[in-house]
Amino acid sequence: MDVDDSSALMIDEIYANGDDDNNNRTIRRPIISGDQLDIEAYASLYSGHTKISRLIFIADHCGDNLTMRLEALRMAFDEIKKGENTQLMREVANKIDGRLGSDYTLDEAWCDDIDRRAEQKKEKLENELNSSRTNLIKESIRMGYHDFGDFYYAHGQLGEAYKSYVRTRDYCTTSKHIVNMCMSAILASIEMGQFSHISSYVGKAEQAREALDTITTSKLHCAAGLSNLKTKKYKQAARKFIETSPELGSHYNEVIASQDVAIYGALCALASFDRTELKSKVIDNSNFRDFLELVPEVRELINDFYSSRYASCLEYLGNLKSNLLLDIHLHYHVETLYDQIRQRALIQYTHPFVSVDLNMMANAFKTTVAGLQKELEALITDNQIQARIDSHNKVLYARHADQRNATFQRVLETGRGFDRDVRSMLLRSSLIKHGCSMRSLTRKP
Amino acid sequence: MDPLEALVAQIQGLSSSSADINRLHTILKQSEDSLRSDSTRLSSLLSLLDPSLHSLGFLYILDAFTATSISNQQAEEGVVPIINNFIHACSVEQIRLAPDKFVSVCKRLKEQVMLLEAPIRGVAPLLTALQKLQVSREHLTPLHAEFLLLCLLAKCYKTGLSILDDDIFEVDHPRDLYLYCYYGGMICIGQKRFQKALDLLHNVVTAPMSLINAIAVEAYKKYVLVSLIRHGQISSSLPKYSSPITQRNLKLFCQPYFELANSYSIGKIADLEAYVNTNAEKFESDNNLGLVKQVVSSMYKRNIQRLTQTYLTLSLQDIANTVQLNGPKEAEMHVLQMIQDGEIYASINQKDGMVRFLEDPEQYKTCEMIEHIDSSIQRIMSLSKKLTTMDEQIACDQLYLSKVGRERQRYDFDDYDVPQKFNI
Repeated sequence: MDVDDSSALMIDEIYANGDDDNNNRTIRRPIISGDQLDIEAYASLYSGHTKISRLIFIADHCGDNLTMRLEALRMAFDEIKKGENTQLMREVANKIDGRLGSDYTLDEAWCDDIDRRAEQKKEKLENELNSSRTNLIKESIRMGYHDFGDFYYAHGQLGEAYKSYVRTRDYCTTSKHIVNMCMSAILASIEMGQFSHISSYVGKAEQAREALDTITTSKLHCAAGLSNLKTKKYKQAARKFIETSPELGSHYNEVIASQDVAIYGALCALASFDRTELKSKVIDNSNFRDFLELVPEVRELINDFYSSRYASCLEYLGNLKSNLLLDIHLHYHVETLYDQIRQRALIQYTHPFVSVDLNMMANAFKTTVAGLQKELEALITDNQIQARIDSHNKVLYARHADQRNATFQRVLETGRGFDRDVRSMLLRSSLIKHGCSMRSLTRKP
Repeated sequence: MDPLEALVAQIQGLSSSSADINRLHTILKQSEDSLRSDSTRLSSLLSLLDPSLHSLGFLYILDAFTATSISNQQAEEGVVPIINNFIHACSVEQIRLAPDKFVSVCKRLKEQVMLLEAPIRGVAPLLTALQKLQVSREHLTPLHAEFLLLCLLAKCYKTGLSILDDDIFEVDHPRDLYLYCYYGGMICIGQKRFQKALDLLHNVVTAPMSLINAIAVEAYKKYVLVSLIRHGQISSSLPKYSSPITQRNLKLFCQPYFELANSYSIGKIADLEAYVNTNAEKFESDNNLGLVKQVVSSMYKRNIQRLTQTYLTLSLQDIANTVQLNGPKEAEMHVLQMIQDGEIYASINQKDGMVRFLEDPEQYKTCEMIEHIDSSIQRIMSLSKKLTTMDEQIACDQLYLSKVGRERQRYDFDDYDVPQKFNI
């Protein structure tokens, strides 16, 4: 097995990592993305609603950092102004609260104007839809509903938009229409945070008769990945993200940027894949490598993880953390994913050894022996590591379960259980029998 | 001739062959009333009879004699020894003709020794009595529960255990079984045979019953506690085969015990102790406080046992810290006790205060182990044979067939449209 082969090679590296870590570090490139998030650059990756909601999310979650908060709000304000969502405009203006000068206060006139035009447009759309409904022209009805969906979407009425998109379904004539309907519904539900809908529409779109083009497939993969991520199915999420083709580029930037695909995919994969899977599906995956090139620090950290340089891997992760916490989709999963990655690293570190020096291991993970001992204890109790700790000599010994003894134990236990169950069963049946005969006696004396 | 003297004469004359005894039995049944009305002279009659030869007649007269209220004085004079002698000497064939009488005499013996506050005097006679009354060792007599109660009161747990090791399969009255299992469970708890106690209490809790009864409730409380001591947890629901009425209602009656179990499962010793202290009165009134205290101390053990899974060596100080004991000295005591009881395998190095946990030394290679396994296999084989015979018996049972037949018919009629339900 290639794990075992490589483990021999790993040992040197691990020790090297534990001991003269500092030399290694200077040779490698410095970590770049530890610095504060460049909101301007970040926002430029996205378009449409997601840009606004991501900016607002940053503003809500950047903590005490006032400049960052205002910067995010300012850009969100500019972006909203281009659109037609007056509701959101009011919220953001409220959040800015006049702190960005008079250019960034609520423009009532603008709002009224937009609202009035929206009314007119809605009326127009209704008329069109009604006329096509009376004429029973399928295609026009579909178009009508679709326009309605777009209209609602633009105005931030996502629930209505979703409903309108779904209504087009009955009037779809070609599979292209169906795919179109699915994509729109997915878009609306992502923005609503209704991730349960997504998987069904992804499924529906994938069943379309005509083969989908790569970009659409990639979009669907991304959507499915997001929905799995939200439901904490990290393994499935990782699979979906790494299947995404790099042709996606910026085609789906109303939802997700290629960089995000790389980050989400990589973190989920680290948290849920085993070594062989990691190698075959992530590192050797030429498609996904293109994504990883976009975020070199993530690429580095995956390679570090695979080649067991856990300290630097964890350092990369630590540096990335503050920015990942500002990501709208990843925010609630960062902690869990990090914990799982760390656990996986600990498990992998101990796996090839019969005994591990805890001092060395603590060094490799940049932690104290006592802390490490606690972590290991939790993992052993969870039965994730088969080992026992010699806390006197600070050594971890692998424990190989004795199959023979375990079998004997289980057999005896099963025997006892059977014995017990049968006896109480016989007893109960005797009681029931007694009850039956008692009743029959009373019935016919 | 005086009717009683005539009766004695008949008893003396008709106690040899089995046909005679049957005739005597009918005569005795008829003369029961006259015996009762003339109770004062009965003790003199008893002296005319030999309990081993005229057991049946002796039994009837003794029953009538003891049925009248006896003062303490009299009891000391003779009733207890008379019954003791009778139980010891009586002939098995004769008393089995009138089991009800025999049981009631034995129950009076029990009441007497209880009145005398010397339950230990009744232990040996009742054991003999129930062994004589038992048709086979699988049969539960009404005396089982009485005997166990006396054992409990007299603290003769070991004597009690001797009958608990028999497998009971034949039960005449459910109440006998409930009490037998309940008292039996308490005796096993007294002897710290928790698994056996669990089995017995489990039988009460899961027994088929149409009304909830106090015995089951009390048994369930103890079941919860013993289960915590033995397994460190309780299963949240009763097994499916227990009667619906118990599944619905038992928990309502045992609320404090469930909260205790919840607190136990969290694993914080301080919380558990606080809970026990605040609810001590409730447990006290159920007479379960002692058992509850055992539950608390079992938590230390469980936590130490858990450590053996994760550590090879650990200092006494660390053990004391993780298990929340007051210092290494106390930890040492606990570990030592557990090593002694065979609950963990470890050695303590007093020089540097380290405990080295070892693996279970059992290699399953010894002759004793093989014999043990072999005997288990034999036992299970005989059990499954029993199961098969039982199954056959039920399949041939007229009552069962008529009941099932009726139901089948009704279903057939109802589900006429959906025949696929019946592809048995």
